[in-house]
Amino acid sequence: MTASHVSARSGEPLVSLEHVVKEFPVKRGSVFTRTRERVHAVTDVSLEVRSGETLALVGETGCGKSTLARCVMRLHDLTSGRVVFDGHDISTASHAELQPFRRRMQMVFQDPYGSLNPRRRVGSIIGDPFEIHGLASGAERVTRVQELMQLVGLNPEHYNRFPGDFSGGQRQRVGIARAIALRPDLIVCDEPVSALDVSIRAQILNLLTELQRELGLTYLFISHDLSVVRHVSNRVAVMYLGTAVELAAVDDLYEHARHPYTRALLSAMPVPDPDRSAAREEIILSGDPPSPLDPPAGCRFHPRCPRVRARCSLERPALAAAPGDAADHLSACHFPVADHETLATTIAGQGAA
Amino acid sequence: MTPGSAQTSGAPLLDVRDLRVAFSTPDGVLEAVCGLSFSVDRGHVLGIVGESGSGKSVATQTMVGLTRGARVTGEALFEGRNLLAMSPDELRSVRGRGIAMVFQNPLSSLHPLYRIGWQIVEMIQAHEKVTKAQGRARAIELLGLVGISRPDRRVDDYPHQFSGGMLQRAMIAMALALHPRLLVADEPTTALDVTVQAQIIRLLGRVQQEFGTAIILITHDLGVIAEVADEVIVMYAGRAMEVAPRRELFIAPSHPYTRGLLHAIPRADLAGGRLTPIPGQPPSLIARPPGCPFHPRCTEAVERCSREAPPLAALPGAVRHMSSCWLTEGNA
Repeated sequence: MTASHVSARSGEPLVSLEHVVKEFPVKRGSVFTRTRERVHAVTDVSLEVRSGETLALVGETGCGKSTLARCVMRLHDLTSGRVVFDGHDISTASHAELQPFRRRMQMVFQDPYGSLNPRRRVGSIIGDPFEIHGLASGAERVTRVQELMQLVGLNPEHYNRFPGDFSGGQRQRVGIARAIALRPDLIVCDEPVSALDVSIRAQILNLLTELQRELGLTYLFISHDLSVVRHVSNRVAVMYLGTAVELAAVDDLYEHARHPYTRALLSAMPVPDPDRSAAREEIILSGDPPSPLDPPAGCRFHPRCPRVRARCSLERPALAAAPGDAADHLSACHFPVADHETLATTIAGQGAA
Repeated sequence: MTPGSAQTSGAPLLDVRDLRVAFSTPDGVLEAVCGLSFSVDRGHVLGIVGESGSGKSVATQTMVGLTRGARVTGEALFEGRNLLAMSPDELRSVRGRGIAMVFQNPLSSLHPLYRIGWQIVEMIQAHEKVTKAQGRARAIELLGLVGISRPDRRVDDYPHQFSGGMLQRAMIAMALALHPRLLVADEPTTALDVTVQAQIIRLLGRVQQEFGTAIILITHDLGVIAEVADEVIVMYAGRAMEVAPRRELFIAPSHPYTRGLLHAIPRADLAGGRLTPIPGQPPSLIARPPGCPFHPRCTEAVERCSREAPPLAALPGAVRHMSSCWLTEGNA
């Protein structure tokens, strides 16, 4: 099975996002008092996904990580900015123009129950991409589907079973088989293990790692779980309220986080080791993230930041390397945290919603 | 006070003995909990950790009468009185005042069309003779206690005006309203973001320290357990696989299932390597494997494991650390 295209060489950018903005209009009020507001889901995000790597997008609910991934897939049209896939600007491509690129980017979804049609046999679900792109039919399609099932650790004899006959972990394997059917370059994994039981998660994470090695895949890995992200990714982008606040190689980010929000996220992550969890820095953020309908001016994190100063509410910090940091360790903070510094613990109060 | 509380303070607050819960389903009898025994001391935090179908929620819901149509045997002595033998009226008086519960999804525990404060007042009035004004004052005090800012104003909000973390705080406020001796928190942080989860875990720790409330914390997350529990039960397929004080469980896990879990979970504080998954799938609770329920997935299983279920027995030299495994020294 050879790909019909030459993909970007390992380490070269496969996808480049340039100043991506995505806003959703919302209508409020009656016919007479109607106001048009906008949800600022993604605001001016620039980053690249390098060929062969796993780039993780982490952040909490509403930070824009899924919206950004959907912009990459062109499941959303951008409000402004550019998405460049392997040298081609696809941000304004038409449906027909997108078709050849669609083959090269696939998605694995969070919910293995909701993303598979319960009335269809798994063999035909996995074989759909061949059908849609007119690549294989009849006996050849069956053979290729069974090869895929073998590859993801499913029994090929279960070709004619329904999704309901499978456990959550096995269904996720079905979803993965469907995603790799066309040998894509990029797979967007949207919380692929969040719905799975703890003992099953490791099986799926290992499978994703093996497939990446065998097939030379590039992953854009969306997750809220910092433990999973540390495990699977090469580089990590931390998002907060529609903006990227820090972007770095994985160990750099976990050992030398510069942005106060990254530090807070890391300190909030429960660790299955009582001695370590007692010893680590404790930053309890107060309240909840503000509404993306009306995001704060300046740095979007400033209303909750333990080290906020006057400049933070006035001026939006750019994503750039802090003094002394590696050129590919970027953070968006006017007052980045140094390694030896600890952040003041705030009282676990409750801010306005 | 209830007559049972006259007992010596050394007795556990809750003492569960050989609890068994089974449901009849069209496919056969589903044994959700088979022979679970544990106790909770006053003011202590007991963590129950397990995956879906391990029986961790069914066990506690059965004790407070929230499982319908189940076949239940065993004893659950709360302050000396058997909860499983109580009439619905007796149980209702225990729920709230004796044992309060907090669930995973606060939005489904609150009525969307009534104000938060009203729902707290209604709950108080169901158990105590208080006026609306007194109840409202209590509700405001409680909301402030759990860290809701401007509680005098937020008390009149509807549930949709609260964020997920605030709703869970409100549920904890409601649970604390009648000063229960035991708070059962069933996956209280699973639906929340990590930074909010940290706030709620800290709040639970405060509840235990400031009010002396005993807590049963049910979760699938070993990390959450490591933060707060005094003692931990690891459940699998309706049985306790291992029981240990928190530190011992994480530093010296004994049961192959516990060790397998700890190796299978990725950790944020350690650089990644290959994870060692537990092979296979959790067993069907209807067609249970004979012997130890974990043996089909256990890499250390011996012939005996598939014949006989091992008892939960203390490890040599330990009193509070128990494991249900034939390979454990002293259990052979």
